Amino acid sequence: MTQLALVIDLNVCVGCHACVTSCKQWNTSGGAGPLPDDNPYGADPNGVFFNRVQTFEVGTFPNTETVHFPKSCLHCEDPPCVPVCPTGASHKREEDGIVLVDFDKCIGCKYCSWACPYGAREFDEHEKVMKKCTLCVDRIYDESIPEAERKPSCVIACPANARIFGDVHDPDSQASQMIRENHGYSLMPELGTQPANQYLPRANKKSV
Amino acid sequence: MHPAFSVIFLTTLIGVGQGLFTALMLGQTYELSNAEVSFGDNFYTIGAFLVLIFMGGGLFASIFHLGRPERAWRAASQWRTSWLSREVIMLPLFMAVVFFYMLAEYYQYGIDTSLLLGLLGVIVSFLLFYCTGMIYACLSFLREWATPLTIVNFILFGSASGFTFAAFYAAISAPELVATYGWFAIALTVLGLATRYWTLVRNAALRAKAKTTTQTAIGFRGKQVTQRSQGQMGGSYNTREFFHGKAESVVKQMKTIFMVLAFPIPIVLLFIGMSTESVFFLFLAFIVQYIGLCAERWYFFAQVNHPQNIYYQTIS
Repeated sequence: MTQLALVIDLNVCVGCHACVTSCKQWNTSGGAGPLPDDNPYGADPNGVFFNRVQTFEVGTFPNTETVHFPKSCLHCEDPPCVPVCPTGASHKREEDGIVLVDFDKCIGCKYCSWACPYGAREFDEHEKVMKKCTLCVDRIYDESIPEAERKPSCVIACPANARIFGDVHDPDSQASQMIRENHGYSLMPELGTQPANQYLPRANKKSV
Repeated sequence: MHPAFSVIFLTTLIGVGQGLFTALMLGQTYELSNAEVSFGDNFYTIGAFLVLIFMGGGLFASIFHLGRPERAWRAASQWRTSWLSREVIMLPLFMAVVFFYMLAEYYQYGIDTSLLLGLLGVIVSFLLFYCTGMIYACLSFLREWATPLTIVNFILFGSASGFTFAAFYAAISAPELVATYGWFAIALTVLGLATRYWTLVRNAALRAKAKTTTQTAIGFRGKQVTQRSQGQMGGSYNTREFFHGKAESVVKQMKTIFMVLAFPIPIVLLFIGMSTESVFFLFLAFIVQYIGLCAERWYFFAQVNHPQNIYYQTIS
């Protein structure tokens, strides 16, 4: 069984937010309608994003490092957001493991977002339905675009190549190899959600 | 979590309705087993109608929780996995049984029909309590909710407020029942106070043994991790839905308010109302308890520290 996912290399993410803006650009233009973007230049900007880059400081001063940390839906193998949905709008695709919301079935009860420990889902206050990362499902299978570009928008945009897209159930995929060779790990493993997306830890390098 | 008034009113109002129906059936059983008492023709008909008003009020409040209420019918489809879906089935089912019970009483179909529908109604009522509680208790990583106490509390608070209302209702239309309902209401309220206190003690101990931390959230174990930026300067759904948005002192005050209004004061008012046979005091007992239970439900949501909040600790 295929499980498409992202592998995020924390060694090379520079926190430029290119994945955030390219995600927003692609998905606001997609079939699911625009993503809200209220007061983008006002005092209280507010909007829906599928992907955000956060920044953490790791270690104790003066031995600290800055970690830029992209966070989107992890497309869990055991997604807690799916069984709780009362309408079946929130579902995990059999064929490729992508967790999606059927925007035509969603009643906007927000229960799935309560059930997601990662805060990966954001409610669209305009369309009144739940939205989330689709792994650019409307792009990765589109045969009208060049094959090299049939990847999630964030992956193509990343200038540092920190995002690797592939089938993590295929041991020969680049994504699987990266996970295997670089000790890929998942977020909040103690919760048993088995996220498909994996993160590659900072390698121990001597300071120059 | 951000307490939504729609859900506060939904869960408290249907609790009263369910408790009231159990009280009515208790009264009918008592009337049957006691040849000397009779509560008049319309006691159960009007009582069932009042149950429907409480349930309808809750149902009405729930509409405001939905972004797309016109699609609500779809919510009955996932009963195999979703407790919310099961609640969506049980709530109208309970209302339907109560409605037929009301008809059976009004048209005097006979005591067998009434008792059968009544028994069915009480069973569905408890299934509904269970579904409502499990909606919260099944979310294992929301640890403040993930306990059987959540279900016990829903049953006890709903039943207590329902019996308090029943005592008030009986004071108007069936004075022989006031003492029975009143003592049941007091007993349920005392039990509710005990389990709520137990829940508070349990939840206060949770924070010390949290397994999910900033370290496990981003995967840097054994190191100090501090958030420096959450990725946006403005707010987002993540910063609105999962925070109560009030000062910690407000949450503490709310705890004091509900621990006083939902339990001890109604007990005193019930006792005064029963001993002086005062409709006013029994009504006051219900109103005070209901306000207290709304405060309890507010706290029930506000106390939950959702793990996603780990990712939203620092704006920038």
